[in-house]
Amino acid sequence: MPDPSDMTHRAATIAVLVENEAGVLARVIGLFSGRGYNIDSLTVAPVDAEGRLSRITVVTSGTEMVIEQIKAQLDRLVPVHKVADLTLEGPHLNRELALIKVVGSGSARQEALRLADAFRARVVDATTESFVFEMTGNAEKLDAFINLMRPIGLAEVSRTGAVAIARGTASLTV
Amino acid sequence: MSSAILPAASDTQSLTGAEIVLRALKEQGVEVIFGYPGGAVLPIYDAIFQQNAIRHILVRHEQAAVHAAEGYARSTGKVGCVLVTSGPGATNAVTGLVDALLDSIPIVCLTGQVPTHLIGNDAFQEADTTGITRPATKHNYLVKQIDKLAETVHDAFYVARSGRPGPVVIDLPKDILIGKGPYKPAPQVEHRSYRPQTEPDAAQIAKAVAMLKGAKRPVVYAGGGVINAGPEASELLTKFVRMAGMPCTNTLMSLGCYPASDPQFLGMLGMHGTYEANLAMHGCDVMFNIGARFDDRVTGRLNAFAPNSLKIHADIDPSSINKNVKVEVPVVGDAASVLRALIAAWEADGATQDREALAGWWRQIDEWRGRNCLHYVQESRIIKPQHAVKRLYELTRQSGKETFISTEVGQHQMWAAQYFGFEKPNRWMTSGGLGTMGYGLPAAMGVQVAHPDALVIDIAGEASILMNIQEMSTLAQYRLPVKVFILNNQYMGMVRQWQELLHGGRYSESYSEALPDFVRLAESFHGVGLRAESTDDLDRVIREMIAIDRPVIADIAVDQKENVFPMIPSGAAHNEMLLASNQISGGAGVTDEGTALV
Ligand SMILES: Cc1ncc(C[n+]2csc(CCOP(=O)(O)OP(=O)(O)O)c2C)c(N)n1
Ligand SMILES: [Mg+2]
Repeated sequence: MPDPSDMTHRAATIAVLVENEAGVLARVIGLFSGRGYNIDSLTVAPVDAEGRLSRITVVTSGTEMVIEQIKAQLDRLVPVHKVADLTLEGPHLNRELALIKVVGSGSARQEALRLADAFRARVVDATTESFVFEMTGNAEKLDAFINLMRPIGLAEVSRTGAVAIARGTASLTV
Repeated sequence: MSSAILPAASDTQSLTGAEIVLRALKEQGVEVIFGYPGGAVLPIYDAIFQQNAIRHILVRHEQAAVHAAEGYARSTGKVGCVLVTSGPGATNAVTGLVDALLDSIPIVCLTGQVPTHLIGNDAFQEADTTGITRPATKHNYLVKQIDKLAETVHDAFYVARSGRPGPVVIDLPKDILIGKGPYKPAPQVEHRSYRPQTEPDAAQIAKAVAMLKGAKRPVVYAGGGVINAGPEASELLTKFVRMAGMPCTNTLMSLGCYPASDPQFLGMLGMHGTYEANLAMHGCDVMFNIGARFDDRVTGRLNAFAPNSLKIHADIDPSSINKNVKVEVPVVGDAASVLRALIAAWEADGATQDREALAGWWRQIDEWRGRNCLHYVQESRIIKPQHAVKRLYELTRQSGKETFISTEVGQHQMWAAQYFGFEKPNRWMTSGGLGTMGYGLPAAMGVQVAHPDALVIDIAGEASILMNIQEMSTLAQYRLPVKVFILNNQYMGMVRQWQELLHGGRYSESYSEALPDFVRLAESFHGVGLRAESTDDLDRVIREMIAIDRPVIADIAVDQKENVFPMIPSGAAHNEMLLASNQISGGAGVTDEGTALV
């Protein structure tokens, strides 16, 4: 049971299974803004064969009491089926995809390619003055690569935000 | 009933959207709609015209339609139904929707919308109603296909009344209302995603029983959830409190769920609660919260709230538990189900209570009661507002009529809560969470529609009543004999009280200047106006008001400078209470932090 005097913050990756209906994303985002909760990232897409269910992954942070509130508030939204706190529930995989554009010439290009190779980023577009790298991994790995690209000629970044899933057989379904 | 609108059921039959709406409302048991027409909902008004099964009450402002539906819902336990047009009709309804959201009142509000092909074009009287009302409702829908219409209406009623009740909006584009489609009866299957838990977990009930049996200084703190769980929940609460021999306090929202005349009742708690209720909360060792939400008006300063207590919190809404106050035993469930399970487990449990400790606790409570915190002195002929409410209470009881009270918002609301005793649930309608001035008159109207023979009184302030005064016209049209009992102190008294206590007596903009003559105002609205200037007139005016079978405004001139006590200033603790302007208990002062709170 959360202790209200405990002010330590933790990050939480929360998976939410929702009816894939109009307005559901606005409801979830409105809940976070209306009640003053943080959103570090949020992703959503349909996940079942008929396209009736969507899965939202929210990365948030707060005190234990606030995170409990976030989960309870999400759970009482009418189109929400299930809410799972992947951070609490055990080991899980957390992945994000980024497209990273680096512009430059000469030795900077060589350096960018060498680092991309080390990070297993793929070149998905190239011109004589630019590369677009595609990379997946957890947020820390993407951050590390992007930070290395900064002095080399980082021009633009597009990131998806995290998606996550529990390891093992346990599954979040309706 | 016209056969054109409500034909014998057949799933494949094609009806207009408007007919589908009415038929679904009928199937959901709707008897009355409170509404106001406009272009986007004309097809529904046309369908209403052609049938008699559902009555329509034409209000004079859409906000009032929602409050009337709230009064109807709160006094009957049914879902209240509202119909308004697009754009300004919908935006006018928003205050009522938020009011219902904060007080957990089941409402289904149908809003007209521009035709689907015009949505997003800034068409005439277009507003993004689902966008605007998303945070103002429990849920809302925009119907874009006619074959989804009937099921959406059924879904809306299910959502409005299930779990923690609340307001639901269905936005209906005009082309959907005139198009044709099939009617589908209410589904018998479980809702796909919304299935709130109503039966409590047995293990949690067992923990609650053990904690309560071991208590030396217990208190039962019952809230509006007990009212929402139906009259049986109030009976079960009363049974439990009596068998456990514990003191019971009520929130503003739950007055009537425990009989006010019962010796175990401590009165209301919170900012303007009784001395004994607040000190019992502060000093208890075990608190049993059933259907209340640890609102800031109730807890006062959180870090000083019931400091040495173990807490049990039963609520149908898991998000209410551990929100403001950490509790040891959370119980998720409907109040009636929880109380039923609790009583059964209590009876089955062999442990005995500490009778001696309980007797000591009651001695302590009686000592607190001895402070007589609601005492006032009616010394001159100037009517004390407390006295006016007390006489209203006594004379309505004497009349033997079934009485329902609504209020506006302000000092008069608090005096009504303090001095009018409620023996049964569903007799008291007040805007608790949102504190909406202008709630009381339309709410009383909705109550009177549901209970045509009852005595329905709006205890009002002279400022609040002007916020929905136009509803006097509705009362006249439908011969609804609602009584408006104005405690006229010529001030926005509650504002003036805060200015006196917190802002150095600088009464900025709180004087009720240029008031109407309420007697002539009542007459111009086809009602009866009465006035009491002094204590000599008071009883006569109240008696007359009760006897008249027409809308009445009774304008009661009361002491202009009276304040509401006890008072726990914002940011203070339960044991830091102002008992009267010259009596401070436990060093209650207003801190700078408190001044920043509302
Ligand atoms: C719609 C709305 N606007 C403003 C307020 C703030 N407010 C609370 S009480 C009050 C004064 C009410 O005056 P009156 O109706 O005369 O009641 P009294 O306090 O004098 O009994 C005001 C302005 C409110 N509660 N609701
Ligand atoms: Mg006043």
